[in-house]
Amino acid sequence: MTKNIMIVGVGGQGTLLASRILGNTVIEEGYDVKVSEVHGMSQRGGSVVTYVKYGEKVYSPIIDRGEADIILAFELLEAYRALPYLKKGGKLIVNTQSIDPMPVITGMAEYPKDIVKKLSAVVDTLPIDALKLAKEAGNMKAVNVVLIGVMAKSTDIPYENWIEIIKKTVPEKFLDVNLKAFDAGYNI
Amino acid sequence: MKKLLLGNAAVARGAYEAGVRVVASYPGTPSTEITEEIVKFDDIYAEWSPNEKVAAEVAIGASIGGARAMSCMKHVGLNVMADPVFTVSYTGVNGGLVFCVADDPGMHSSQNEQDSRHYAKASKIAMLEPADSSECKEFTKLAFELSEKMDTPFFIRLSTRVSHSQSMVEICDKENVELKPYEKNIGKYVMMPGNAIKRHVVVEERIKALKEFAETTELNTVEENNSKIGVISAGIAYMYAKEALGDKVDYLKLGMVYPLPEKKIKDFAAKYDKVFVIEELDPVIEDHCKALGIEVCGKDLFTLLGEYTPAMIKKAVLGIEPEACKAAEENIPVRPPVMCAGCPHRGAFYVLKKLGLTVSGDIGCYTLGATVPLQSVDTTICMGASVSAAHGMAKARGQEFNKKLVSVIGDSTFMHSGMTGLVDIVYNKGNNTVIILDNSITGMTGHQDNPTTGYTIRGEETKQVNLIELCRALGIDNITVCDPFDVKKFEKIVKEEVEREEPSVIISQRPCALLKTVKYTGHCKITDNCKNCKMCMKLGCPAITIKDDKVVIDASQCNGCGLCVNVCPFGAIEKEDN
Repeated sequence: MTKNIMIVGVGGQGTLLASRILGNTVIEEGYDVKVSEVHGMSQRGGSVVTYVKYGEKVYSPIIDRGEADIILAFELLEAYRALPYLKKGGKLIVNTQSIDPMPVITGMAEYPKDIVKKLSAVVDTLPIDALKLAKEAGNMKAVNVVLIGVMAKSTDIPYENWIEIIKKTVPEKFLDVNLKAFDAGYNI
Repeated sequence: MKKLLLGNAAVARGAYEAGVRVVASYPGTPSTEITEEIVKFDDIYAEWSPNEKVAAEVAIGASIGGARAMSCMKHVGLNVMADPVFTVSYTGVNGGLVFCVADDPGMHSSQNEQDSRHYAKASKIAMLEPADSSECKEFTKLAFELSEKMDTPFFIRLSTRVSHSQSMVEICDKENVELKPYEKNIGKYVMMPGNAIKRHVVVEERIKALKEFAETTELNTVEENNSKIGVISAGIAYMYAKEALGDKVDYLKLGMVYPLPEKKIKDFAAKYDKVFVIEELDPVIEDHCKALGIEVCGKDLFTLLGEYTPAMIKKAVLGIEPEACKAAEENIPVRPPVMCAGCPHRGAFYVLKKLGLTVSGDIGCYTLGATVPLQSVDTTICMGASVSAAHGMAKARGQEFNKKLVSVIGDSTFMHSGMTGLVDIVYNKGNNTVIILDNSITGMTGHQDNPTTGYTIRGEETKQVNLIELCRALGIDNITVCDPFDVKKFEKIVKEEVEREEPSVIISQRPCALLKTVKYTGHCKITDNCKNCKMCMKLGCPAITIKDDKVVIDASQCNGCGLCVNVCPFGAIEKEDN
C-alpha cells in the first residue's frame, strides 16, 4: 500500500527541503519513493505543493484528491486549500502561521477566519505554532524542520533514522539549530 | 548503488556515465537543473550560453569535433534553437549528440504549452521519452550510443513532472569514451544545396532504419494482463495510467516517441476490444494510430489542456469516479506568484504604473509586473520581444504614442535576444525607451550566471559584458543608470527619456534580493505618523498588508529593503533592527 504525504505552503517557506528530508528518510527504509517538487515561477510567493509517495512500487509522482494520508501544511490558508486532497481518516498537520496572499492584501478577497476550527470540525487536525518553536530553537527559518519533526512522529520510521538523514541533508553550520527544531516538533 | 534523483539530475547522471564532454544550455524551467547537475562533474565542460541557439551550436560543434555533447532547454527554448537543429539532422554527428527538451504541460512556469514531439517529426530527429528518473538516466545513455551508431542527433523529451520528480536511480560507473578523431568532410558538414540534397537522401534512409529499430527496440514494450482493453501511452502519462488502471488493462509503453512503430502498434491494437491512447498535450500517438487505420479512443475522452492525473484516467477508462472528499465551504482566495519582498523590479514598476505608461514586457521575474496591484506590463510574448515589439508598436502608432511607451527586459534576457531588437531600433530610426532591469542574475530560473554577471557556470571569474558600453556600441547615445529604489530619480529619468526623440536605454540597477551577496537587515515598521493613505500598498509588497483597516508590515515577510520607506509621503515608515 502506498503512503501519500502532501506538503503544502507558500513559496519561500522551505517545503522543498522538507520533502527531500522525507524522501531520503523513507528510502533508507527500503521503500520505492517518488517526490514531486515545484520549481520556477510558482516558487515566487505562490502556493506550492510537493508530494512524497512511498510503498512497494510507486508509479505516479502526484497525489489526487482524497488520497493523502498526511497533509503537512506550512500555512493556514494552504491547509484549507489542500483539504480536498486528504484521505478519509487522514491526518492534517498545520502550522498556525498565516501569510496574506496578494488578493487579500489588495482587498479583493478576504482571508477566511477560524481556519483551524473549521478544519478540526471535519478532519483529524493537529495545529502547531511552528514559527514559535523555530524561534525557540534559534532560527525562525527552521519552521520546515519543526514541521518535519511533528510529521515524523506520525510515521512508523524510527527517530534515529530521521536524525541520520537531517545530518546528511542540512549544511554543517545550521545542523545544531535544525536538530533542535526537529526535536521541538517531534516532542510535541 | 541506488540513489533518489530528480529526473533532471538523472539525465545529467546518464550523460556523465555516457562520457559526455561538452554541455551547453540556456536556463529554462523545467530543464535548468540538468545543466546545474552537470557542473557537479569536474571532467565535463559546461556553460550557460547566451541563448538556446548558441547553446545548440556549441554542442553541435563539439559533436563534429568528436566529443559526446548535449544541450538542454525548455520547450520554448527549442523554438529559439530550431534553426541549427533542422540542419544538423542533415549533417548527422561525429560524437554522440543529444538535445534534451523539457515540456511544461500545465504551464507551471511557461508562456505556452507546446508539444515538442512535433519538432522530432518536423526535423526528422529521433526522440526518446522517459517516464521516471531511472529511465531518464538509461534513455540518455542509450541516446548517446544510438546517436553515434545511426549518425543522427537524438532528442530526449521530458515534462515537468518527470524533470521535477525524484525517484530511484541505479548509479553506475562512467564509460570510457574516447574523443573521436576529427576529419574534414565537406560533403557531410557543409550544408550548401549541392551537399544538402545528398544528405536529405541520407536522412530519409535513416528514418527508415529508425522505424525498423522502433519495431524491435525494448524501449517500446508490451505488458500483458489478459485484459480486453489496451492502452498505448508514453512518458509521465504512462505512469498515471499504471497508477489508475494497474493490471486491469494491457499496455504498450512507447519509450521512443519518434519515429513511432507501425507493425508493433497494429499488432497490439488488433488484440483488444477497445484501445485507449493516453498522452498529455497533442494527439501525436493518436494521429499516428488513426493514420494507420487503427480505431482508438484519445482526445475525444482526454483533454488537450494541462496535466493529466490518475483520477482523470480512471474515470475515462473504467468509469470510476473518485470518492467525494471534504472541501472548504467558502471561497478560498487564490495565491498567485508575486515579486518577492525586496525585489528590485518593484520600484521600477511602481514608477511605470504611476506614469501610466504602456509597458512592452518580457520573460523573467519581471513578468510578474503584470499582476495585481502593479498591473504595469501590457504584453509578454517571448524572450526579447519587449524591445522589438515596442519598436513595431511605435511604428504603428507614431511618436505621440511612443512617448508613453517603454520596454522592460532583464539583463539575461537582453543578452539572450534583446540586443538584436535594440539594433533594429537604432538601424530603423526608432525612438524607443528600453529599460534593462539589471538585477545582476538570471532570476526566475533560480540564479544562473550570465554574460553580464562576470562569472561562469562554475563560478569562475570571467570577462563581464558591460551593458553601458554594449548599448553604446549598438548605437544608443542616451544611456542612464539608476537605482529603481530611488523612485523620485527613477521617475524623473523615465519622464525625460520617453520625451526624447531618440532611442534611449535606462539601466535599472539593483541586485536580486535573494542573492547571497545582498544583505538587507532588519525590517520596516509603520509608525504613529501613518495617515493610512495606503500609498505603500500600491507597491504590492507581500509584507505590507491591512489588519483591522490599518496598514501593517509583517516582520516575518519583510527583509528590510526599505523601498516602502522611500514611497511613504509622510515619512511614517522606518527601519528597525531585528
